[in-house]
Amino acid sequence: MGLLGAMPGAIAQGLVWGIMAIGVYITYKILDIADLTVDGSLCTGAAVCAMMAVSGVNIWICILCALLAGMLAGLVTGLFHTVLGIPAILSGILTQLMLWSVNLKIMGKANQVLPARNVAVLLTQLSNGRAVLFLVIALGVIIGILYWFFGTEIGCSLRATGCNLNMSRAQGINTGLNKVLGLMISNGLVALSGALLAQYQGFADVNMGRGAIVIGLAAVIIGEALFSFVARNFAVRLMSVALGSVIYFMVYQTVIFLGLDTDLLKMLSALVVAVFLGTPYLKANYFSAPRKKEEKDHA
Amino acid sequence: MLEIKNLSKTFNPGTINEKLALDNLSLTLNDGDFVTVIGGNGAGKSTMLNAIAGVWKPDCGSILLDGTDVTPLPEYKRAKFLGRVFQDPMMGTAADMEIQENLALAKRRGSRRGLHWGISRQEKQEYQEMLAQLELGLESRLTSKVGLLSGGQRQAVTLLMAAMNSPKLLLLDEHTAALDPKTAAKVLEITDRIVTKGRLTTLMITHNMQDAIRHGNRLIMMSEGHIVVDVRGEEKEKLTVPDLLQLFANASGREMNSDRAILG
Repeated sequence: MGLLGAMPGAIAQGLVWGIMAIGVYITYKILDIADLTVDGSLCTGAAVCAMMAVSGVNIWICILCALLAGMLAGLVTGLFHTVLGIPAILSGILTQLMLWSVNLKIMGKANQVLPARNVAVLLTQLSNGRAVLFLVIALGVIIGILYWFFGTEIGCSLRATGCNLNMSRAQGINTGLNKVLGLMISNGLVALSGALLAQYQGFADVNMGRGAIVIGLAAVIIGEALFSFVARNFAVRLMSVALGSVIYFMVYQTVIFLGLDTDLLKMLSALVVAVFLGTPYLKANYFSAPRKKEEKDHA
Repeated sequence: MLEIKNLSKTFNPGTINEKLALDNLSLTLNDGDFVTVIGGNGAGKSTMLNAIAGVWKPDCGSILLDGTDVTPLPEYKRAKFLGRVFQDPMMGTAADMEIQENLALAKRRGSRRGLHWGISRQEKQEYQEMLAQLELGLESRLTSKVGLLSGGQRQAVTLLMAAMNSPKLLLLDEHTAALDPKTAAKVLEITDRIVTKGRLTTLMITHNMQDAIRHGNRLIMMSEGHIVVDVRGEEKEKLTVPDLLQLFANASGREMNSDRAILG
């Protein structure tokens, strides 16, 4: 199979992860929280969906339950952060660790096969073309709903919460509640993505979420870097995040094709994200003209 | 209108940084009072405003607004009754959101936020007219991000937001201190206009004695966590800066400790 032959698979995978990346966008960009819960909630969604599907439940109900399970995970992180006052990043790590046990208990073992031949699933690796079509429609619906939600009064107050806590409280916004709400929406989407991923790859695995946050961040960053000049509109921005995810997986596939040791891929991903996250700081501190000094000289 | 009874607050109790910020403070404002607040650094001016806004819980004492005890209410619930402008122009607005979105957020202060669209067409018209009255050319920039505005423009927008829905009390915490003198004067002029038009009961902290004398109908001076001077009406009209300095020395037994207050 050549590189081109691998691309439909990469695109489908990128689109599944695109839903997850949109979840990360909501916490990281809108709420200004780096939420590490996602490493656990991705697998929670996959586990819930897989276990229910193999026991014969309608696949749409499986997906809905996966979404709700993810929202529950977000709720736990949110309560850790707002009720107990634990820093957001630590709250996410705590929930993530809890989810490791929860995921094992849901599946009863480290992984659960979801055989596409015996179980009615919405998308499988066997038909990448159909999977891509289904995912594009699903992403369209999700982006549409989010676009509407973040335009409503509640949605606006959520954006304000992420932008300026002081101002939000002064304008009567319950910032704690909004943070919990944002974390729930985000992790719901991540778990939904996990549920689709389990169907697509044909199994749920307790390790499948490891480093998910980095992939999500990479997608957000790639999307922003490539499309920020057109992406003023919120819906377009969400689309660019999903596209960022697709590009990530296309590059990923190419790198594998070129023969790079697959053990090194996670390190490579992390380094790329580190470089992009560090760029604004580097620009501000090392590559900008020393303006202050000049002003003093003229004074 | 506002009634503060025996309010006390100690920061960092039991540590080397212990600071008695409010010391048995009592204050009653009448409907429509425009009170300017002055005092040296650490006198408790901002602490008093933060106590009213509910940023933290006081150690003891109570705060009543229109007869309702608001002391147990969290900050976001009290916001219903209050309009606030901060010293830092960055603090009062959401930089990544549009001017009209910021105004729409303020418009919904105190009412339940639901799944209606965050801003209606009719509102946009209304906001355009409000912004035009500022005479800062903002009426044509409804969809600009607030982060693109200058400090003075941001404070003017924050003032509009604070005055929206006629709050029971307007809290201005040195809201012109971070601006250059010309912009500060403009923002103060806008403040006067908004307060007069809405007949808003107002507490305005300022470090500038001239401004404190020139604006409002009542002046209070704070020192060491309570009020040491309280003048109003005609008596206030006749005040001069040397008078104020003398009053301060008499009341607190020491000299004014802030150069900014005297020179500013």
